[in-house]
Amino acid sequence: MPDRRRISVLVNGAGYEREVETRLTLADFLRHDLRLTGTHVGCEHGVCGACTVLLDGLSVRSCLMLAVQADGCSIETVEGLAPAPDQLNLLQQAFMKRHALQCGFCTPGMLMTLTEYLRAEPNPTEEGVREALSGNICRCTGYQAIVAAALDAAAALREQGGAREELAK
Amino acid sequence: MKPAPFTYHDPRTVEEAVGLLASLDNARVLAGGQSLMPMMNFRYAQPDHLIDLNRIAAMSGISVDKGAIAFGAMTRQREIEFSPQVSEVCPILQAALVHVGHRQTRNRGTIGGSLCHFDPSAELVNCVCVHDGAVLKARSKRGERTLTMSDFAVGYMTHGLAPDEILCSISLPLWSPRHGYAYVEVARRRGDFAIAGVAALIETEGRGGAIKRASLSVAGVCQTPVRPRAAEAALLGERPSQELFEAAASAGEFPEALSDAYVSADYRRHVAQVLIRRALSAAAEKAEERWADA
Repeated sequence: MPDRRRISVLVNGAGYEREVETRLTLADFLRHDLRLTGTHVGCEHGVCGACTVLLDGLSVRSCLMLAVQADGCSIETVEGLAPAPDQLNLLQQAFMKRHALQCGFCTPGMLMTLTEYLRAEPNPTEEGVREALSGNICRCTGYQAIVAAALDAAAALREQGGAREELAK
Repeated sequence: MKPAPFTYHDPRTVEEAVGLLASLDNARVLAGGQSLMPMMNFRYAQPDHLIDLNRIAAMSGISVDKGAIAFGAMTRQREIEFSPQVSEVCPILQAALVHVGHRQTRNRGTIGGSLCHFDPSAELVNCVCVHDGAVLKARSKRGERTLTMSDFAVGYMTHGLAPDEILCSISLPLWSPRHGYAYVEVARRRGDFAIAGVAALIETEGRGGAIKRASLSVAGVCQTPVRPRAAEAALLGERPSQELFEAAASAGEFPEALSDAYVSADYRRHVAQVLIRRALSAAAEKAEERWADA
């Protein structure tokens, strides 16, 4: 008999209640059970960063957490970033403008890591951005454009009067 | 890559956790999950029971008391990295933590988990080793036990806890307020397991004064962290200088250095000596700065 538990989570502000097998990872829960396939699964052992989501505001690797461990938590995924279906937030706009993605596989993880980082650090340096992104691997871009997009986004957020509201969606 | 089936337990107290650990067969304890979860995803580890400590609030927290700083074993690396208390009394931990994995893994990873995984390159293990008099407290259904690092460091990836014990806290004696400290390492990429890493603590007699206390610990080179005692002894009573640090570094010998497909034992020894010199130099500079600020 598989070991199962009933869990309830808040994902991008919406409540979900599901019964899950306890060995199910948070990444697979989001993708398979909630059909939120924006979170990508790359290496499945905590190295690539593609599956990064925010758990109660902190970036975590969702392949290294069990769904049951997220019971009662608030989760943010890439699906929650855009303010409307036909609109991108400032960070996403900066990624588009700077060509900070090619195949796009790593992008959800990059965006979530940067969301946490820019909320805490409104005046980042290039070095700070590179350090924050050290746990997210991109095999296409060579990172230049991603770093540039992060710095652009930080500048745009400062102009708008603060990262907190814009990225707090 | 999914973990093999197991029965999940999330006790709310240490008593409950040690009770489960004593009574269940093939059980593993889950801390931050940044090493055990990958091992389970790869199915290197296939526990029948997983005892998750993440819901035991009493197992995390930082306190400073009676000349020591104590950490609950489930204190997250992130909490230590950003703690003003740690920055004031035990800053070497924060210098080391920037090398520990990445932001996302430090948000989950714990100090106790890192110690129990006992990777030979682990920065937090090395930081505990560099503190003489570090005390680890473990609990089992049989009671509480206090371990020193020499009881705990059994061998490669192997800690000295009994199968029914859980590491509960780690306590490090404080150095004087103006001690110098450094953590330096060489890894192939940022956040990777280090080829070698050096933790250094020194105390001097004052600005430009002689060294009255020095402690070094070298990770990644041998099966467990190593204290190069000859290098430490070479520093005592001497004024900090590049020549002195050079001499101390060459006194650090590592006959048991590891060799693998990527890094030879000779290269590890070489890197260790270079890093000892750099760590001493940085620690001395820091001590000087702290005396100047006083």
